[in-house]
Amino acid sequence: MEIFVQQIVNGLVLGSIYALVALGYTMVYGILGLINFAHGDITMIGALVALTVAQVMAAAGLPVPLILAAAGAAAILVCAVIGLTVERVAYRPLRRAPRLAPLITAIGVSILLQYSAALVWGKQYIAMPELWVPHKLTLAGAQFTALQLVIFALACLIMAGLILFIRYSRMGRAMRATEQNAEVAGLMGVNTHHVIAFTFVLGSAIGAVAGLMVVLYYGIGHYFMGFMLGLKAFTAAVLGGIGNVGGAVLGGLLLGVIESLASGYIGDLTGGVFGSNYRDVFAFLVLVLVLIFRPSGLLGRHSGDRA
Amino acid sequence: MKTAFLKPLLLSVAGSVLLWGCGKEPAPAPKPAAKPVQTVKIGSASPLTGPQAHIGIDIRNGVQLAIDDANAAAIEIGGKQLKLELVAEDDEANPTKATTVAQKLADAKVAAVVGHFNSGASIPASKIYSDAGIPQISPSSTNPKYTQQGFKTTFRVVAHDDQQGPTLARFAEKTLKVKTVAVIDDSTAYGQGLAEAFEKTVTAAGIKVVAREHTTDKDTDFKAILTRIKGKNPDLIMFGGIDPQAGPMIKQMKQLGIKAKYIGGDGMQTPNFIKLAGDAAEGAMASIPGLPKEQMPGGKAFLEKYKAKFNQDVELFAPMGYDAVMVFIDAMKRAQSTDPVKFLPEIGKTAYQGVIGPIAFDDKGDLKNGPITIYVVKEGKWEPLETVSPGAAAEQPPAPAAK
Repeated sequence: MEIFVQQIVNGLVLGSIYALVALGYTMVYGILGLINFAHGDITMIGALVALTVAQVMAAAGLPVPLILAAAGAAAILVCAVIGLTVERVAYRPLRRAPRLAPLITAIGVSILLQYSAALVWGKQYIAMPELWVPHKLTLAGAQFTALQLVIFALACLIMAGLILFIRYSRMGRAMRATEQNAEVAGLMGVNTHHVIAFTFVLGSAIGAVAGLMVVLYYGIGHYFMGFMLGLKAFTAAVLGGIGNVGGAVLGGLLLGVIESLASGYIGDLTGGVFGSNYRDVFAFLVLVLVLIFRPSGLLGRHSGDRA
Repeated sequence: MKTAFLKPLLLSVAGSVLLWGCGKEPAPAPKPAAKPVQTVKIGSASPLTGPQAHIGIDIRNGVQLAIDDANAAAIEIGGKQLKLELVAEDDEANPTKATTVAQKLADAKVAAVVGHFNSGASIPASKIYSDAGIPQISPSSTNPKYTQQGFKTTFRVVAHDDQQGPTLARFAEKTLKVKTVAVIDDSTAYGQGLAEAFEKTVTAAGIKVVAREHTTDKDTDFKAILTRIKGKNPDLIMFGGIDPQAGPMIKQMKQLGIKAKYIGGDGMQTPNFIKLAGDAAEGAMASIPGLPKEQMPGGKAFLEKYKAKFNQDVELFAPMGYDAVMVFIDAMKRAQSTDPVKFLPEIGKTAYQGVIGPIAFDDKGDLKNGPITIYVVKEGKWEPLETVSPGAAAEQPPAPAAK
């Protein structure tokens, strides 16, 4: 039982990180119909920036809360600037181009970001300094750390805040209007360029926070880490219904828990035929099944040619 | 993409070797009648980029050092002065890339190759070297299959996993006295080979393998498999893999409150492991073929020489890379030829006193009686715990290493 609880805890923490990254994919897709493949790599840059800041400040012996705040702020700032630049330079000129052009551009941007990071940080795994001794808590026999709790709580807070923001703020309303029909929204006086740029900045900033969480949680960073993370988050977004913010949250948490349970129990259930190395297969199998029965994802509405 | 910007780097490395060699040449000029010079290319193949680059570069540096030493010694073979030239290639720890690199080295007509680092790279590449008649000494590949393919050109200067895995297993049985183990590997030829050899011996000794898990050499999230292992509560967790996984893994073990001991092979016995694991590394154990660096017959002098030249410490396999070149030169001397056809048969007859100790090969090309040392992390450093010689290990309790 406690192992089961432990796997659920692992899955929820992992899933909340997936969900944060998935938000970036889903918001951009909702408004532009573009899958921004560079988003995973923006998260990676956020992670590495946070890691570097933490390394420098920890070496100087500064207090931990200050380090965390500075690392987070630096990551958010850098990622927001990169998100804005990528949108302005790579995607905006292609706004009226065929759908395939921005998609391929996105893949190009992803590779560009990866190898730029490789030039700056090198290709080695980089270790995050240990900022504090992990504080262990026990719940129903499952061990979890205060860090896991903080990651999960912060992720929930950000997701809830984002949903409220989109529903009630002026900018949120503009985002929804642009999503429904950019041209009409433009005619009604919404500056769609601003709205789209803002969406990129917001998604990248949330990605930066996810990046900080990854390096805190796993204690390690690498120029290629954004690839798999991005792929999983994209899967989560599709699972929940891409374009739907609540769907990204649900999809992320679900994917994390499925993965965690799969690697924990797949060996026992199949009598050792499949091992824990099949967990990704299992996660993608669930995706395939969901898409067969609900082609636009769990919470996605049917949206004609966009699905 | 990767190779595109790597090429200038490699060229500049090769170029600087060339320049260095040229700069050196005028020195013996004052001697009357300088001997004709014979240039011989030595290939070095290891990962120079990617997560294992630090280990691959270490090997290349060892080869470089040997070549510089040999050139400075002005060795004469067949009446001509030997001038060695390094051709360093990057296999990215990738089996597919390894065969490309092997073909490149064969096309460049190298006389001999030191490499590759990974078993998964050495094995596919060895066919190409064998077809081209180029002798290959791997400084580090420990998968038994490497020398079991029937090629006359494959050698290694480390003990292999059929020696290393069982040594770890016997250590777990006799010294740690564990009753249950969990075994994890990284799904690579090296990791899986090591884990399987370990598993076989512990099972034979009556120790129960309560969990058998797999991860990959790219993963950094092991929480799920570790949680599963936690449920089985083993005395020891054995990992067959490399430090980028081994480091985060032990960290996550401690976070989950797993109290089991942690042991692995040579792939995690690196300073990088301690850097990645932080305080969690304390008490982790790993075996490494060969004697402790400091206890190698030529160790101390080698470490100093290496540091002076490259301004960094030996990571792992530089001494093996160095000795591999020296074994080639030794064979060339005896054959009085730099033609692989002529000196290849001599490599099998090697009886050379290297940095790592006496080097001799059995009929398959494996190092005879390669010792294996088990290390433990103590106060943030790898300290030798005990040294076992595979021949003697079966019956006698291993002798503690001299401190």
